[in-house]
Amino acid sequence: MASIPEAPKFIGVPIKRRDDPRLIQGRARYVDDFQLPGTLHMAFARSPYGHAAIRGVDLSKARAAPGVVAAYAGADLAGKIGPVPVAGLVPDARVPVQPVLAGGRALFAGEPVAAVVARTRYQARDAADLVEVDYQALDAVVDLEKALAPAAPRVHAQFEDNVAFRWAIAGGDIEAGLRAADVVIKQKIANPRVVPLALEPRGVLAHYLPGEDKMTIWSSTQVPHKLRTLLAQQIGMAENRIRVIAPEVGGGFGSKLNVYREEALAAYVTRELGRPVKWIESRGENFLATIHGRGQLGEAEMGLRRDGTITALRYNVLADCGAYYQLLTVAIFTLTGLMLPGPYKIPHIEMKVTGVFTHKMATDAYRGAGRPEATYILERMLDLAALELGMDPAEIRRKNFPAKAEFPYATSAGLTYDSGDYHAALDKALQKAGYPEMRRQQAEARRQGRCLGVGLSTYVEICGMGPSAALGGQGWESARVRVEPTGKVTVFSGASPHGQGQETSFAQIAADAFGIAVEDVEVIHGDTDVVPYGVGTFGSRGTVVGGSAVVFARDKVRDKMARFAAMRFEADAADIAFAGGKVFVRSAPEKSAPFARIAQMAYDAIQLPPGTEPGLEETHFFEPPNFTFPFGTHVVLVEVDPQTGEVKILRYVAVDDVGNMINPLLVRGQIHGGIAQGAGQALEEEVIYGGGGQPLNATLMHYALPKAHQLPRFELDHTTTPTSVNPLGAKGVGEAGTIGSTPAVVNAVLDALAPFGVHHLDMPLRPEKIWRAVSRARKGGPA
Amino acid sequence: MNISLCINGQSRAFDAEPRTLLVHLLRDEAGLTGTHIACETSVCGACTVLLDGKAVKSCTVLAVQAEGSEITTIEGLAPGGKLHPLQEQFWEKHGLQCGYCTPGMILAAWQLLERRPDPSEEEIRHGIEGNLCRCTGYQHIVDAIQAAAAQMGGKR
Amino acid sequence: MIPAPFGYKRPGTLAEALALLREHGEDARLLSGGHSLLPLLKARLARPGVLIDIARIPGLSGITETAGGLRIGALTTHHEVEASPLVREACPLLAEAAGRIGDVQVRNRGTIGGSAAHADPASDYPAALLALEAALVASSPDGTRSIPAAGFFTGPYESALKPGEILTAVEVPSPPRGSGEAYLKAAQQASGFAVCGVAALVVPGPGGTIASARVGVTGVAAPAYRARKTEEALAGKPASPDALRRAAALAAEGVEPLDDFYASADFRRQLARVYAERALAEALRRAKG
Repeated sequence: MASIPEAPKFIGVPIKRRDDPRLIQGRARYVDDFQLPGTLHMAFARSPYGHAAIRGVDLSKARAAPGVVAAYAGADLAGKIGPVPVAGLVPDARVPVQPVLAGGRALFAGEPVAAVVARTRYQARDAADLVEVDYQALDAVVDLEKALAPAAPRVHAQFEDNVAFRWAIAGGDIEAGLRAADVVIKQKIANPRVVPLALEPRGVLAHYLPGEDKMTIWSSTQVPHKLRTLLAQQIGMAENRIRVIAPEVGGGFGSKLNVYREEALAAYVTRELGRPVKWIESRGENFLATIHGRGQLGEAEMGLRRDGTITALRYNVLADCGAYYQLLTVAIFTLTGLMLPGPYKIPHIEMKVTGVFTHKMATDAYRGAGRPEATYILERMLDLAALELGMDPAEIRRKNFPAKAEFPYATSAGLTYDSGDYHAALDKALQKAGYPEMRRQQAEARRQGRCLGVGLSTYVEICGMGPSAALGGQGWESARVRVEPTGKVTVFSGASPHGQGQETSFAQIAADAFGIAVEDVEVIHGDTDVVPYGVGTFGSRGTVVGGSAVVFARDKVRDKMARFAAMRFEADAADIAFAGGKVFVRSAPEKSAPFARIAQMAYDAIQLPPGTEPGLEETHFFEPPNFTFPFGTHVVLVEVDPQTGEVKILRYVAVDDVGNMINPLLVRGQIHGGIAQGAGQALEEEVIYGGGGQPLNATLMHYALPKAHQLPRFELDHTTTPTSVNPLGAKGVGEAGTIGSTPAVVNAVLDALAPFGVHHLDMPLRPEKIWRAVSRARKGGPA
Repeated sequence: MNISLCINGQSRAFDAEPRTLLVHLLRDEAGLTGTHIACETSVCGACTVLLDGKAVKSCTVLAVQAEGSEITTIEGLAPGGKLHPLQEQFWEKHGLQCGYCTPGMILAAWQLLERRPDPSEEEIRHGIEGNLCRCTGYQHIVDAIQAAAAQMGGKR
Repeated sequence: MIPAPFGYKRPGTLAEALALLREHGEDARLLSGGHSLLPLLKARLARPGVLIDIARIPGLSGITETAGGLRIGALTTHHEVEASPLVREACPLLAEAAGRIGDVQVRNRGTIGGSAAHADPASDYPAALLALEAALVASSPDGTRSIPAAGFFTGPYESALKPGEILTAVEVPSPPRGSGEAYLKAAQQASGFAVCGVAALVVPGPGGTIASARVGVTGVAAPAYRARKTEEALAGKPASPDALRRAAALAAEGVEPLDDFYASADFRRQLARVYAERALAEALRRAKG
């Protein structure tokens, strides 16, 4: 009797990525790598002012410059290209119309005022310099509080003040909760603007073919289908005549989850001129005119009993929208509210947001998108509370976790966390860090006059975005799986990975079900003509939602294939199994055929199982019933030099629970990168504006990203609490590191500074800020 | 003006303006798009190539300055479609995600190992301080360089 | 980031280069490694009509021993200085400062002459050149002159070079016998440029004293300077931690520190004091070692 072939299992195995060979050999193709004959290059003249009246735009010199084919100012395009699309609004939000080129006023530094199109990128750049704009500089509002002052210059004249929207979320009875508290901790806390800074800047190549009346757009985007739908409306072209391709995309972090002015312009211009048009963002433009992240300034109040039990949390916050909304500007701030209770039992909660227009680029989704802000508030407040109550930071957190048995746990913000074991992650992290020993080391260092600090953050996040109703639409993801006649398997995904590695993890998901090698699966994404309509990759949803769609589509095909096998073997379809490249009868394994043989049968279709169509191709749109809620604990040890304010991260321990892992190697990579980004925000990153609204540090010579030598070796571990929200039991990992690390690092630095009486400082904790706080404290002044 | 270069072992001649940046010549004229542009201020290292055996940022070199030089880009690091140990180990250790910084990172690592065949972790981290990665947090990159050093024979 | 158009000349000799410089005057800029000039051109902050590429002129690069020390050709790269056994042996302070410039790729291209002539107040070399009492050699059609480092750096991006002159070499005298040296630096987190870089050279005296000390400070003020008050406070004094601290406290006396979004004048003063103290202590330790 033949033995049942051993099934290779790929899910859960840290196999190396299948996308890598092209990337490590320089053969991958990002937008700027596509070189179409006759391509024209677009460049922009952008406002150097945060706020200026545009009294005139003279394009005559630019138009006369060598190689220039066309030039446009705002007036040339009026009525021809629709405004930049926005979504995710709250009721009564004031919605300014964002034109593709500024009209009468420029409302932020870097706002495009004119576009020139020339034969080479050098000529386009030269011609942009020749655009003559008659600006009258006007007062700019940069500061959120000043923007709301009665006399503040208005960003939009049609609105009576700079309030963009108001939104609130509440659970329980906040006043009662605060009254029930023995102590109430209050703290003003800023979460400054940062730049997502995907290493590949944005870029678009649009090519219109007049004969076919079709357009292909290559864009460095996270959301090719969204871009296609919205762009079609914006330029007034039938959606099904536009093909959007997201080729290799060099990082996004939320910044490419958007539809930008330059994309619409490129699409418009290629249709006007009938030639391919390319625009590649410079890094300077990326700083000025790609969305920023974060941008909150709030006051938090936390009520607690003496024993450390949280009774209430209130957060009143000003949200920096910038001058215009991009796609999800407003929605991001609401995520902070949903996330505000975090991993703690907080019976009474309230958040009131006032969106504020400022003379700056819009804020929008940046890795974590509203949730890191909530975690940061909570984790800072808990450390302040622990200090006030004389409790250990680990204990105060432990005290407020829901117990494992309390899941599913309904929060006061209205979410239901399906699963969790927060104590387990905390305990494991403390053990891995050697927490008591760390504290001893700290005490010993303090005796020697050194400044060590231990920082904790325990977090939960809202991932796997998400149920469509909860997101205001489009929370699903699609997949199509085709078994080819030769037995190769092709997965078409509506998700649009850009470095996360789903070409590998989706192949793992498919290969396991068919019992074939992962090498026999090809994953295709990012082409609207080829893959089913999809939502995209953001919000830690690629694997969780997109991968789940693959599971269902794959199972549909497998079930169909089983019917063909059952017909051939005269067996019951339920008795058909797939393993080792073979399809066989489980109860009679000698009845088997190569996987490809059965696949061929389905396409030959000489004989069909009853009620079965030829072919092996199925699509599934997966609608998640809930978000997922990954969680974890990060522990950081830092040393601060109080004389110079320099911070060195000595140890970084992270225990994350992302549910089941499809590919642990990729999970580790995501967490590493997230930690680095979050640590960057804690210590270095911030967009700094001058009074006129110009960013002062809009180059990588001035804006610091973490470098290799500034980071320690991360010590990672995990707990595994699978979710029941999706068939994979996976919860998402794209944002965990960022959400955990920012507060952990800040808490560690402030723990180091506690002996000086310095209890809170706003990010980023750059050397001068730390030194000043310590000097003030030493002089006995206010910290 | 005329510019002759030996790129990845092949002699090539170009006609380019004096202001042409080497990175643009390589990408737009020579069609070698594995060299990337990311910061434009000689900070990030995505545009790193080897110029006469030395790692340089090709966004901060004029093509005319390289006249007569030998240039190795990521496409030419390993001959005949094979992988250099660094490429192998970046793959093995998951030293990349979006891949945009990777060609420059690998060539910077090449320079490091050429000068220090058996570097410590500290030396590796400093050796790639001219290269920014926004995805990986650098740890798997460091692992990959260590592994490549071991594969290449380490203490020679 | 694309430069505006310019002409390009590649003279074969120093004489040709000087002639071209005279011919084009203010419209010309010299190009060697390009790591100071090209960023300016790309940002279009400089728009010269012609670049005179001196990188291939024979005799302008390389490190040679002279009677009193070392002669370093202007075209010598930072990496060549950093890695040169000659420099590391005879003048380790200069190698240490060179090794802290930018990053590997920048050090492979950037040249000591280009860096010095650019006179960026946040660059690393000036601190070491001041502490070493180096001299910068300039050629013009009228001949050659040697400019002491102390008189060379005259302001932010300003040097004592006259129009028409080309910096051809840096002459570094051997440090006094028995001295110890150190270059310590607080780097701006993004650019790696010095917010404060201190080069200290300490000559121990008899009986645990300091015979003399030289302290060059870069990044703190424009131009880079010798912290003379610190030096005076140390001469002949016991080499005690207290004495170092008191002397280092004078490291920013009498200068007007730079002030920008990254570091205020006050903070730069503080860094100058702390880094001076640490650099002096380290130099002393190395002298003893």
